Amino acid sequence: MSVTQSTYNYKVVRQFAVMTVIWGIVGMLVGVIIAAQLVWPELNLGWLHFGRLRPLHTNAVIFAFGGSALFATSYYVVQRTCHTRIFSDGLAAFTFWGWQLVIILAAITLPLGFTSGKEYAELEWPIDILITVVWVAYAVVFFGTIAKRKVSHIYVANWFYGGFILAVALLHVVNSAEIPVSLTKSYSAYAGVQDAMVQWWYGHNAVGFFLTAGFLGMMYYFVPKQAGRPVYSYRLSVVHFWALIFTYMWAGPHHLHYTALPDWTQSVGMLFSLILLAPSWGGMINGVMTLSGAWHKLRDDPILKFLITSLSFYGMSTFEGPMMAIKTVNALSHYTDWTVGHVHSGALGWVAMVSIGSIYYLLPRLFGKPEMFSVKLITVHFWVATIGVVLYIASMWIAGVMQGLMWRAVNLDGTLTYSFVESVKASYPFWAIRFLGGVLFLVGMLIMAYNMVKTIAGGRTVDDALVLQPAAHHA
Amino acid sequence: MDINDLRSIVTVVSLLTFLGIVWWAYGVKGNKKRFEEAAMLPFSDEAADRAELGLDRIEQRKA
Repeated sequence: MSVTQSTYNYKVVRQFAVMTVIWGIVGMLVGVIIAAQLVWPELNLGWLHFGRLRPLHTNAVIFAFGGSALFATSYYVVQRTCHTRIFSDGLAAFTFWGWQLVIILAAITLPLGFTSGKEYAELEWPIDILITVVWVAYAVVFFGTIAKRKVSHIYVANWFYGGFILAVALLHVVNSAEIPVSLTKSYSAYAGVQDAMVQWWYGHNAVGFFLTAGFLGMMYYFVPKQAGRPVYSYRLSVVHFWALIFTYMWAGPHHLHYTALPDWTQSVGMLFSLILLAPSWGGMINGVMTLSGAWHKLRDDPILKFLITSLSFYGMSTFEGPMMAIKTVNALSHYTDWTVGHVHSGALGWVAMVSIGSIYYLLPRLFGKPEMFSVKLITVHFWVATIGVVLYIASMWIAGVMQGLMWRAVNLDGTLTYSFVESVKASYPFWAIRFLGGVLFLVGMLIMAYNMVKTIAGGRTVDDALVLQPAAHHA
Repeated sequence: MDINDLRSIVTVVSLLTFLGIVWWAYGVKGNKKRFEEAAMLPFSDEAADRAELGLDRIEQRKA
């Protein structure tokens, strides 16, 4: 062992972890505002109307909140499970500041109306190029760290993080291919139905790789750590990973049922979406069963509550998703609030909750404290957030099914029973309940921010966590 | 052979590759021990956990 022993780079983890909470509050606040705008239309003011704020909300929660959580946890997990300091401190710092710049540019340009019009890929071409540069740096840091690992095996969490990084690079570059006409305007390189297919190949894999694979990486590290026992079945995790990789890429066409997309393509998309149920549930069961024999830990440990509840929502939304991909079900659900409810059972229930649990695990460790300032407040956060999600998705189910039924209802003479506006009017009470659910989830994040500030206060920035030589049988 | 034959071949090869991975994970005896070791990787650095949580410092203060 050398005299000056290497330490882990926790600085970049700390920066991303803190920004996860802050961007979570910002992104969810915008979500609450647009939910309020649907209930009280007079709140649509100037630049801040629904059409401008909605992409800001989706970009902020997915890429700012979710992205920061993924950067923070992946940098922590890859260092710890590879027993080595991060590949390049400078490049890692560049990914932090670069990613923050992307977020700020998004927050400026989207309300101004600069958009390429592609859902979840609205940012204009100069920002797309910046994203690509930051992402390549991220890949270099991550895979560079794996390359200099001190153990022979690459832990499964790193496979998921690695798959997420590679797939997102591919998706972003292909879908963002565009022809600039000015600094702030570009047009897609594709046209017509091909453009739609590329967009939803991107869009669904953004769900599959950005919002699933990376967060499964979190699951495979933080659930075993917090439960104090290894993952239920490592073999299952290997099959889980490859099954997800082989199937997710083909599910995109289910976003284009009953459109100009060729019918056979729609059917392929539907079939692969149904197959996806198997790896999704395999992974969920693997995570939940890690607690097998230690269920009592769930009673006292709110961090485990967050992690395991997130897996329940993951199981629920990955059952709902394949069902909604069936063409006949989709005929009812598409374009209704059912879709919005489905997305949020995944986004709030799964993605946000697994991130929140992981960040609660990390924060004390990054600031040298034995635990969070208040464990009780984590429990409060858990219940407030859970009630919020349930209110949100239940109201959207009811509103969505109601809208679908109203839109398809016809009189005996073949005319429509309801005008569109009648379905809007009938949706108001449910939009109010959704607003309330969103407010509760946001309040939970504010509780987390308070707990975080109190934990940081009087803490020390841990920069002396020594890189430990792995036990002989691992090397 | 037109491009559609190639597409069919890619699909079949992909399926066989996946089945091969399943066999590799579950069928190969020698892998069982490897995987059990790999599953323990997150627990191979307890000392770092103690350092992070400041447990050694707290015990030093008490001593």
